[in-house]
Amino acid sequence: MITAGCDVGSLTSKAIIMNDNRIVAQELIRSQIKPAESAVAVMECALQKAGLTIQDINFCVGTGYGRDKIPFVQEAVSEITCHAMGARWLLPTVKTVIDIGGQDCKAMRIDKDGKIVKFITNDKCASGTGRFLEVMARIIGVSLDDLGGLSARAKAPITMANACTVWAQADVIQHLNDGIAAEDIGAGINNAMASRMAVLANNIGLERDLCMTGGVAKNVGVVAALEKLLGMTIKRIKKVDPQLVGAVGAALIAADKCERSAAS
Amino acid sequence: MIFAGCDVGSLTAKAVIMEEEKILASEIILAGTKPALSAQEVMDKTLQKAGLSMGKIAWCVGTGYGRKQIPFSNSEESEIACHGRGAVWSAPAVRTIVDIGGQDAKAIKVDEQGNVIRYLYNDKCASGTGRFLEIMADALGIALDDLGKLARNATDPVTLSNQCVVFAETEIISLVNEGRNVADIIAGLHRALANRAASMVGSIVADAEVAMTGGVAKNSGMFHALETALGVPIRKIDHPQLNGAIGAALFAREATAARS
Repeated sequence: MITAGCDVGSLTSKAIIMNDNRIVAQELIRSQIKPAESAVAVMECALQKAGLTIQDINFCVGTGYGRDKIPFVQEAVSEITCHAMGARWLLPTVKTVIDIGGQDCKAMRIDKDGKIVKFITNDKCASGTGRFLEVMARIIGVSLDDLGGLSARAKAPITMANACTVWAQADVIQHLNDGIAAEDIGAGINNAMASRMAVLANNIGLERDLCMTGGVAKNVGVVAALEKLLGMTIKRIKKVDPQLVGAVGAALIAADKCERSAAS
Repeated sequence: MIFAGCDVGSLTAKAVIMEEEKILASEIILAGTKPALSAQEVMDKTLQKAGLSMGKIAWCVGTGYGRKQIPFSNSEESEIACHGRGAVWSAPAVRTIVDIGGQDAKAIKVDEQGNVIRYLYNDKCASGTGRFLEIMADALGIALDDLGKLARNATDPVTLSNQCVVFAETEIISLVNEGRNVADIIAGLHRALANRAASMVGSIVADAEVAMTGGVAKNSGMFHALETALGVPIRKIDHPQLNGAIGAALFAREATAARS
């Protein structure tokens, strides 16, 4: 049985193709303006990698902020459900998932079946989301991928005075003008991001094991700072890119739906 | 006797020179990075306009975010206190002041002397401050001063789904791409900022009359949007952006009166 998951986020679009619970292809692209076009583009790339056509997919589940615009899915499922399912499958001992995406952040507690017990989300304020890091990386002139590595090289991380992304931009420019090293500013940015997330996550009461999904999970500076703030190890997802966990969950839900419809 | 008030804000610096009840001269300049230099520049220009030298000023009160750096002031007052004094001097029936500045927003409730009874303040989140309009005007490629005029042509103002400046900026860019009328977008921005201010006013349990101060009050679109959001007419005052500096000059007068 071949199933697919397609996660159309605000900044990136992801597709996973699975064959009997084994990942056969994966793809991640930058989202275009229209969610439908991003979905088609990322799925075509994944299908090509797998040597398949869309007709070979038995069931496809869409998720992410653009999930209702995806033309080829059989069903759309919320990204919270998909992240929980994906994380549970990748790390069976996980009870808490922290997901930081391009325009939102979430913390959720899940049961042994990957069902949501409690969750909290912020999509109202850019601070605390991937967008904060994106804006700050641009100002200090490093790529988003390199921002995380700055923390390890920092000698005296700055303390960010403002949480608001707009005010923090002015602060960072001031620090640059004062001649503060990029490493120290970058570490301060990663720490600020982590502390914002920690406040949100502590609201739902964390339970071990804890893992992180979404693009920001690849920022080692944020992950390390968050571990320190939460006093808990964050289990690393190694089987796939943490940014693809939502798409993995969608493909797993697709497999489940497919089995159910075959049985009935 | 001659008094002065100097208000060094984040974006502009203002100075007012008064003789008893009369404004002799005033000036508004864009603030530089050093508050001390901005203060000196704006005061020099105001003195020149008045044909006076600093020696003629009996007392000068500094206010605004840069008030501690003003080299020539004799004392300092918070901008909240100054806005209260200034607004009641300009329009004696005013009991509530909405001040939207470049980097903060305040709702202030005052008594008949302009003494502060209660206030609310936001400088934590850029949304709700003048910076919101500044960033949006930039994104639309429109001068900040033109927003009010352009909003008059709105027929169907947009409703923004985002409050955060960062997210709202992306949202208005998509609205432009979707072909929405720019006037409707601007009117929607005014409405969003006005609603934000109105909720602060609601929290301090405002009394009539309401005045609007700060640079944003000069934007006619914002002025009307705030009237709509509050559901009451707003009392127009003559110098909304100078209001803090006027209040500072009034405090200067009180200081000399107390000493003599």
